[in-house]
Amino acid sequence: MRTLEDILLRHPFLKGLDQKYLKLIVGCASNVRFRAGEFIFREGEEANHFYIIRHGKVALEAFSPERGAITIQTIGEGEILGWSWLFPPYHWPFDARAVELTRAIALDGKCLRNKCEQDHDLGYELMKRFAYIMDQRLQATRLQLLDVYGVHDERG
Amino acid sequence: MSTAFMMREADDRDPMVPRLFKVRRKWREARDIFTIELSPDEGTHPFSAGQFNMLYLFGTGEVPISISGDPARPEVLLHTIRTLGAVTRALQRLKTDDLVGVRGPFGNPWPVDEAEGGDVVLVAGGLGLAPLRPVLYTLLARRRSYGRIALLYGARKPEDLLFKRELERWRGRFDLDVEITVDIATGDWLGNVGVVTKLIPGVPFDPLSSVAMVCGPEVMMRFTVKELLRHGLAEERIFLSMERNMKCGLGLCGHCQFGPLFVCRDGPVFQYSRIKELFRVREI
Repeated sequence: MRTLEDILLRHPFLKGLDQKYLKLIVGCASNVRFRAGEFIFREGEEANHFYIIRHGKVALEAFSPERGAITIQTIGEGEILGWSWLFPPYHWPFDARAVELTRAIALDGKCLRNKCEQDHDLGYELMKRFAYIMDQRLQATRLQLLDVYGVHDERG
Repeated sequence: MSTAFMMREADDRDPMVPRLFKVRRKWREARDIFTIELSPDEGTHPFSAGQFNMLYLFGTGEVPISISGDPARPEVLLHTIRTLGAVTRALQRLKTDDLVGVRGPFGNPWPVDEAEGGDVVLVAGGLGLAPLRPVLYTLLARRRSYGRIALLYGARKPEDLLFKRELERWRGRFDLDVEITVDIATGDWLGNVGVVTKLIPGVPFDPLSSVAMVCGPEVMMRFTVKELLRHGLAEERIFLSMERNMKCGLGLCGHCQFGPLFVCRDGPVFQYSRIKELFRVREI
């Protein structure tokens, strides 16, 4: 059976991270499981964790009284969920709900935040990795906003 | 001498003269997209996956449309069409046994033979699934000749997905990875939400032996190419189907000029390495 350390070590998000930091991160990690439909976090709640999705799918949602829950994006296997624990005021801006049975590794962001304040090298390593994810998500969102499949011209 | 007779006589001799086909069936795929089934009175209309025909509606005009059917069934010609202008709207109004002029097939096919022995990744966006469907039919008919096969399909909304029944069937196969995503989730959609490029990291393909075939809006293809390159696929292993204003189908009229190339004659399927310098030029 693979340990949490094995899994984290192999994950691209932590690739190349110094062994001492990896050990520290493993110490902040735990296995979690969410049933289909279960909320992982709710908008406005304090953001103290982030998640590495191992199996399943999570929907990032915003709720509108007129339209109900609107899925903005889904996060799947191997992806990282949540970076609000890194930035004040440390609150979730959206809901995250498991679409199907989801297994993940939860990492204690509050604990890591404090460690990052004490050790800026660790802070930089984590910030670099999250900045990359944010860049990828921003590009994807921009592409989504382009509405590329919409009908924009008159032909044929 | 009747026009129909003259046209039949001209078959296989003059690519500028349409051959007459009858409408057999027509059905709705999505809100503004339909598939039309045509067949000639006699004979067949052989084509390769990726080729297109010019459909001529007499008195209205002619449009280039990719063939969306099975190359192994050349007696049935399927075209999946979005109603956008006068000709496509008129095509949608056709009834069984109405006549359509067909010129073609034109253009380069997808590299289905060249992809043998390796993995194949098909990335389709919106109506781009239609020109890729013949590829999938061929790959599945020769399943043992390929490694892993993945179809990644992005659409605007769940109700815009094409070929829904077939997608379900394909998703049920163990020898085919099908991942679907929509940009905007509606109704009780429980699938992926996000752009099609996000599906690429989830497909375990071998970049050294894989061939990717991409079809969709040009912006979507640009981002898809970027993601495929990031995952180690060589430029020579990425193929795109380009769309331009095809008119003659023979590279004579110049309407579909794409730098030094003509999309109707040199494409519509291009190796990315061949067109990468043209791909970002706004003026082309």
